[in-house]
Amino acid sequence: MSLLAVHDLSVARGGLRAVEGVGFALNAGQALILRGPNGIGKTTLLRTIAGLQAPVCGTIKMPDDAVAYAAHSDGLKSSLTARENLTFWARVFGGGGIDTALAAMDLAALADRPAGALSAGQKRRLGLARLIVSGRPLWVLDEPTVSLDAASVARFADVVGGHLGQGGAALMATHIDLGLPDAQVLDLTPFRARGGPTARPHGFNEAFA
Amino acid sequence: MIALLLRDLRLATRAGGGFGLGVAFFLILCALVPFGIGPDRAALAPVAPGILWVGALLSCLLSLDRIFALDHEDGSLDLLATSPMPLEGTVAVKALAHWITTGLPLILAAPVFGILLQLPVHAMPMLVLSLLIGTPALSMLGAFGAAVTVGLRRGGLLLSLLVLPLYIPTLIFGAEITRRGAAGMDVATPLVFLAGVTLAVLALIPFAAAAALRVNLR
Repeated sequence: MSLLAVHDLSVARGGLRAVEGVGFALNAGQALILRGPNGIGKTTLLRTIAGLQAPVCGTIKMPDDAVAYAAHSDGLKSSLTARENLTFWARVFGGGGIDTALAAMDLAALADRPAGALSAGQKRRLGLARLIVSGRPLWVLDEPTVSLDAASVARFADVVGGHLGQGGAALMATHIDLGLPDAQVLDLTPFRARGGPTARPHGFNEAFA
Repeated sequence: MIALLLRDLRLATRAGGGFGLGVAFFLILCALVPFGIGPDRAALAPVAPGILWVGALLSCLLSLDRIFALDHEDGSLDLLATSPMPLEGTVAVKALAHWITTGLPLILAAPVFGILLQLPVHAMPMLVLSLLIGTPALSMLGAFGAAVTVGLRRGGLLLSLLVLPLYIPTLIFGAEITRRGAAGMDVATPLVFLAGVTLAVLALIPFAAAAALRVNLR
């Protein structure tokens, strides 16, 4: 089952075209790792696929409500406990399995601690546990392993592997080798946009470009 | 949506949530006015409806920038935008949470503060009624301003400049209801207009605010 098909996609950030002509497809059980130098547009590409911004041109095809997006910030409220944070996102996304998710990311002992009292790596793990409770098939991850230690990276790789095994898919930008057995790697360097800034609409329409 | 409402209410009532700040500001404002223009009933009673309404407006303004800014900072807004909940619904729920934590306490406290300003006792029901009908519009317009300024550093002042002019119709009719209530006159006309303003705002603003959020999230 195809979870994501991207064709001839170009994305822009702040009026500058970042990457163009990108195309790939992800089926259930597949993982794709995006690589490329800083600033090439990995984050912009992932935000576009997550639906947070519109592509300059090209098409993105996926089932409705398929994406669970995780970026640099984890969307945690520091005055709520780890469990409350996770319960909130589970209810918003209509998912469940909070205890499973806490256990999967080794957070069961910290469940009743306020998120503000967690370390950076623990917060990250809680942010990744949100992916599990969202119940969405396509994980779009932007540098998911930032501030994780080696053991947590391995644990996270297991979680991603389990998600793929259950018919999910994962698209991630990372520089760390997660050790996923059949992950494909896509280097974005050849897709770097050539030429200068894109033509932006002028006048009033610029605000909506 | 209920989950979001409950979360926002819980956040507001926990440490650092700012619950009650609006009412405290309202209290101080109402306590300061008699110091400024003297405690004389003849001087205070005519301006009391206007002062109470301007006070309610300013108290409402205090917490507006928190509606979206905090969620934007910690990434929750991105996640809410990718959630199955429509962004318009998110706006409406967050405005409702703001009204419950700011508008509702103001309404409950207003009669007490009316006494500070020598507002006649028989005008209190009209004061409460006008606030009850008018403050939802304040929260919703505020949510729109917060959506427009969400990504900006120091957006709070710009937010006030954007939102305060939009509060003028609500202020005019709200204060007029209270003034007529104090004078013992018929309040039907301003009441209908105030309700009309509020209903129009509640119906249209969620779409405008959601559109502004979509632009700001890119």
